[in-house]
Amino acid sequence: MPRPGFVLDVDRSTPPTLFWRGERFSLERLPADRSRIIYPPEPLAPLENLDGAIRHALLNPHDSDPLPALLFPGMRLTIAFDDVSLSLPKMRRPDSRQRMIEAVLDLAAEAGVDDVHIIAALGLHRRMHEYELRHVLGDRVYDAFHPRGMLYQHDAEDPDNLAVVGTTPHGEVLEINKRAAESDLVVYLNVNQSAMDGGWKSITTGLASYRCLSHHHNPETLQNTRSLVDRHKSDLHKSVWRMGEVLKADGPKIFQIETTLNTDTFPTPFDFLSKREWEWNAKDRATYLATAKALDRTPTRMARKIFHGIEAPYRTTSVQAGDTDAVHEITLQHVFDQQVVEVEGQTDILTMGIPFISPYNPESIMNPILVMCMGLGYLFNMYRNKPLVREGGVVIMTHPTYRDFHPVHHPSYIDFFDEVLADTNDPAVMSSKWEQRYAEDEWYRHLYRTGNAYHGVHPFYAWYWGAHGQQHAGKVIIVGGDPATVRRLGFTPASTMDDAFELATDTVGRSPSITHLHVPAMLVADVK
Amino acid sequence: MGKQSVSGSKRVWLHRAQRAAGGVEGVVRTAASPLRSYGFPYRSPTVPRGVEVPADAPSLGADYDTDWARSPVARATRGVIIEGPIRLAARLITDPEILGYDRLTDLTALDDPPPVIFAPNHHSHLDTGLMLRAVPPEWRHDLVIAAAADYFFDKRWKAAVSALALNAIPIDRDVTGRRAADLIRSLMAEGHSLVIYPEGGRSPDGWGQSFKGGAAYLSARTGAPVIPVFIDGTGSIFGKGMKRPKPGRSRVVFGHPMWLDDGENTRRFNTRIEAAVSALGDETLTDAWSARQRAARGESPPLGGPTYNGWRRQWELSEHRKRGVAGLRRRQKRRWPDLGGR
Repeated sequence: MPRPGFVLDVDRSTPPTLFWRGERFSLERLPADRSRIIYPPEPLAPLENLDGAIRHALLNPHDSDPLPALLFPGMRLTIAFDDVSLSLPKMRRPDSRQRMIEAVLDLAAEAGVDDVHIIAALGLHRRMHEYELRHVLGDRVYDAFHPRGMLYQHDAEDPDNLAVVGTTPHGEVLEINKRAAESDLVVYLNVNQSAMDGGWKSITTGLASYRCLSHHHNPETLQNTRSLVDRHKSDLHKSVWRMGEVLKADGPKIFQIETTLNTDTFPTPFDFLSKREWEWNAKDRATYLATAKALDRTPTRMARKIFHGIEAPYRTTSVQAGDTDAVHEITLQHVFDQQVVEVEGQTDILTMGIPFISPYNPESIMNPILVMCMGLGYLFNMYRNKPLVREGGVVIMTHPTYRDFHPVHHPSYIDFFDEVLADTNDPAVMSSKWEQRYAEDEWYRHLYRTGNAYHGVHPFYAWYWGAHGQQHAGKVIIVGGDPATVRRLGFTPASTMDDAFELATDTVGRSPSITHLHVPAMLVADVK
Repeated sequence: MGKQSVSGSKRVWLHRAQRAAGGVEGVVRTAASPLRSYGFPYRSPTVPRGVEVPADAPSLGADYDTDWARSPVARATRGVIIEGPIRLAARLITDPEILGYDRLTDLTALDDPPPVIFAPNHHSHLDTGLMLRAVPPEWRHDLVIAAAADYFFDKRWKAAVSALALNAIPIDRDVTGRRAADLIRSLMAEGHSLVIYPEGGRSPDGWGQSFKGGAAYLSARTGAPVIPVFIDGTGSIFGKGMKRPKPGRSRVVFGHPMWLDDGENTRRFNTRIEAAVSALGDETLTDAWSARQRAARGESPPLGGPTYNGWRRQWELSEHRKRGVAGLRRRQKRRWPDLGGR
């Protein structure tokens, strides 16, 4: 029986706690009697017969006819799937998307459907490399569809292959992939690692154009998104759901398949990273020491390669299919069953170790903007009801925050750091003053469309993702980061955790309460 | 003069050899003479007149007892043989590409994967070695091979080698004996998995043969899933009738586990298994989507090849092999023609 999440009150007998520092980690001792640590729940039991569960979901959907009843000869069927930003780290083969696609293709073949296109729903993310597509879809699907041009990646900047479906009452234009818009049926395959994912957000971001995305990916919307995992209190999700209504009324028929994962994040020998420190056995301690010491002496480039090579032993805990609204509500329940931890009250200081990966740097570099996005965007937003840290409190992150960028994946991030952040770190100012220039830059557009670069506007969106956290926190401190880089982000550098606590006293007084978020694995703090 | 001295020297050596042979014979005779004086029980008994000695119970063929081959010592020996010489030979001779492990994930991810029945097509003696190399480690060391009693168990030494090295058990190809079925059921209850070739033997002409019902029947009796397997390439490496192997490339493709459906009889289940192996073969030669479409329409190319006989069938076989992994072995490097000049 997996144990639920857990909040530990730190006392003198509490062992030091694991903090991620990018491609490294350390053990830090938190002050006794005023600190607490939030541990995620243990992994739930997976579905033992996933293929059977998928087939059952397709034949017994929620608020929809069974998939075979929606398939007929001569139809245009489009299958869209989440891109490489999910799961994190990448799951072991076979990826659940491959198994869903193969199940859908089996039914399509039985129904005599010939016109099938498979589209990677990238949004403005970078195009996936061939090995990533093979990892996600499997060799069979890749080899069958890619050579014939029936497997490709969405291009949000291709005017010939975008179509306007309609406009919401708020004036938001829904413009999506033309093939999907003109299909008789769109089957969307989700990996719902977080409550933020799935639902109408899948198509209205993954298959959308820049024009469409800009309606909900902007500072105003994201500052009023409280939080990303609570869709009823998120302006981003409200906008997305309005677009969903337009899609339902005027768009193609949608058949949504959503899957949830457990929190089994690290394989052997890294499994100690998911354990509670006082339960580390001799082998875990030896592995920690050996790994930590070895990583300290390993060039960052090699350490990055090691960590990005990790394949998570995630297993699927639920599959549901059918109408998007009905399916997503069930999915959310499964996600929360796995991830929610009840937490009493807010804290003065929230600490978090920033790991080597975020949704925007798979197989890539965690550049300074992504450190901000991961800390203040993703981890800060892992709450329901109230943020973990009180308004005006301090957020302390641990990460080396090197000034290092992946020139192929993140070209516009480099200029964003040098040009935009040198001018301002206010999301509203950068939106009005700089965003359009980056979004319409022909060179970035070319790299996005033909290479493996994130869209020119993407660093802005990464920055806006942290807008709510940035607005809420009184001070942000990064421990162990390159001081000049940290200052460019508008944050305060500190050498050690004790220095960071000392620096925080200016904002939160001499004896603040401290809460540490022990992630990954993923958790959602339900703050009472 | 020279010729005479050579033939003289040959005669001398011949004479010496004859003397040496005579000496050895004398020594052996002298040593054996005391034994002749010993009678029963040191020698086999004589049979009294008028008494008929009952014939020994048959202990070869389908009656060969393989229990000894599953003793701890034999298992350990077999582990060494499988992971050593068999693995190496499979690698060197057949250079296999193994696909479809992902279809077995639901079973291999279990803490204690259940016994399964692997049902591959069969073109060569190398298929068994290849299967021992290709089967996932969860099942590899508890694998039992169903082998033809009349071929692998007809001589004592062959039976011993088959039982020890392959953990083979004798199966009568012509009759599905209750004894063999009971043995397999008890072995599977102990956790052994089975490799059985539903075609009943190697392909005589390079094309497949129709499936016999053994795998389906055993699955129905034991509840174990059948895993269809398609093996490509071994027929042209060491097919039936070839005197020695011609090393080449091969491919092993595992399919989705299959269970007997509610109300399904074993005959229909057997047809499904054959169709699944045919679809895997089609997938191997073309692509997964086209193969699925043809399978859904019931148009997967049959393993048995075209219905016509004669030279056209063989002609078609060579084309068929070119499309498969065997064709890769023969693919020549492209070279620019030599047009002369500088």
